Amino acid sequence: MALEYYLVLSALLFTTGVIGVLIRRNAIIIFMCIELMLNAANLAFVAISRSLGEATGQVFVFFVMTVAAAEVAIGLAIIVSVFKHQQTINVDEVNSLKG
Amino acid sequence: MNPEQILFILFGAVALIGAIAVISFRHPIYSALSLIVTFFAQAGLFVLLGAHFVAAAQVIVYAGAIMVLFLFVIMLLNLGTLSVKGMMSGKLKGLAIILGILFAAEGIYIAVNALNDTAVASAEPTTAAVTTTTYDIGELLFSKYLLPFEVTSLILLAALIGVIVLVKREGQEEN
Repeated sequence: MALEYYLVLSALLFTTGVIGVLIRRNAIIIFMCIELMLNAANLAFVAISRSLGEATGQVFVFFVMTVAAAEVAIGLAIIVSVFKHQQTINVDEVNSLKG
Repeated sequence: MNPEQILFILFGAVALIGAIAVISFRHPIYSALSLIVTFFAQAGLFVLLGAHFVAAAQVIVYAGAIMVLFLFVIMLLNLGTLSVKGMMSGKLKGLAIILGILFAAEGIYIAVNALNDTAVASAEPTTAAVTTTTYDIGELLFSKYLLPFEVTSLILLAALIGVIVLVKREGQEEN
């Protein structure tokens, strides 16, 4: 398979994540869409790593995975504490910073 | 069509359908399960690309650890009984989808055309049997990318401390 097919698939998956972040109002689903985008980037990394015939791209995938794990842990902790305070995780209703 | 193409189309279709299901289901649990399907399909794609270790890490870290965290939080918050308005209103949603399609077109254009005259495009297309072993990755990780690897552990430490602080402060306020 040529590199282009994997990159196009990666672009489509990334776009699905972007649309999800734009149209969904549930904070947890927005987080899942961010995971989708990170995964699409991982796919592009691995495809280009294969195309170049070296492992550097795959090393970067591990860094992305670590950042994703840290982000999910922190993000979900924030969501839980927001839910305890406001009884909602709809991002349109979570607006306490507006005062 | 050779087997690799058939498998690519299969895994790619499953990954895309799963991704679309993530953003269309109303209930967060269904979205999380669809996301697991997408992760497994992507692990299959990684195997097709000869990245076996990344595929294993994908299944263990993403489909295992991260998704368990998601499902745990969804069930902890008991969102099923909560009427969370799932989507944004009609006009804005249409605008978002149009913008998304434009973005996809841009991404596809870049994927197909903009790689010309770069190192990636001029590289010889590799033969089917090229696989990256765990040895290769480990060697790179502990020689050339040692500093980023150590910084990664700092990120994890910061996340750990951050989560503990967030949760602990919450507990004290309730007391």
